[in-house]
Amino acid sequence: MMDVHNRPAQVPVEATAPDAPPAAQRRLDPERWVEQYGDVLFAFVAARVRDQAIAQDLVQATFLAALKASEGYAGRSSERSWLFGILRNKLVDHYRLQSREVTVAGLESSLPEEEGAFCERGPGKDGWVMKLAPTAWETPETSLVSKEFQDVLKSCLSGLPDKVAQVFLHREVDDVPSEEICKDLGVSPNNLWVMLHRARMGLRRCLEVHWFGHKRDKK
Amino acid sequence: MLNCRQATRLISQSMDGKLPWHRRLGMRIHLLYCVWCRRYAAQLKFLRTAAKELSPEASSSPSPKLSDQAKQQLRERLRDAVRNPPP
Repeated sequence: MMDVHNRPAQVPVEATAPDAPPAAQRRLDPERWVEQYGDVLFAFVAARVRDQAIAQDLVQATFLAALKASEGYAGRSSERSWLFGILRNKLVDHYRLQSREVTVAGLESSLPEEEGAFCERGPGKDGWVMKLAPTAWETPETSLVSKEFQDVLKSCLSGLPDKVAQVFLHREVDDVPSEEICKDLGVSPNNLWVMLHRARMGLRRCLEVHWFGHKRDKK
Repeated sequence: MLNCRQATRLISQSMDGKLPWHRRLGMRIHLLYCVWCRRYAAQLKFLRTAAKELSPEASSSPSPKLSDQAKQQLRERLRDAVRNPPP
């Protein structure tokens, strides 16, 4: 087991606080991290940054930061969630470095995900086009956790533009409130609601076609 | 009166924060008479639940994995950092 701390010889850590966790538990084994957590951390990041090289860099940065911070790891949370916590911070740092959104569709113009869904003219203007209006979904409880459903949802996610997917994941999976997302991803509140709207509209439509099986007619 | 294009935008916005009262009212009235937007609202709620059930990776199957070479590089980098800790 590798000793990652430079402990001064005159202060054996084991001799302090009688209720401290045993030394073997507190000593971390970074070499093992790569095998044990490398892939799962990588998959988490790769879904969000899309660039494999950057994803790898972020995983590396996480392990290195964890190494540095290992003195502070008291074993309170699981090693996995501790590492994920560090990874999330690295990810937010990365988001802040991304180039900011320059132009975003305003309230008046149509968004790509809305395309064709609403009537452009006539008495039914801005109402649903009947062929594309939401159909009734049958949603048995079990479908949500089935691997097949997860695969379809993940596939739909990969069809979204990068930043739109990031915003959606940050909001819905990471459960971050809107104001914080604006800070984390460098988007204005106006940009944020547009991107979330695009994500939701796009995903809903994708699920309707690919999971609930309601094929869309060609326009 | 709100149209469906507007209503769907409001439905989405209402999931992230409290709408101004007049918009909330307009959306609710629209939902009273528009079955499609009612479905839309229910489906967005479903989507929210579904997203929460996503495994942490949230990437398309099969999950991308680090190559053996990448893992080797990582291990070396870590070994290096352990041997030569930054000041």
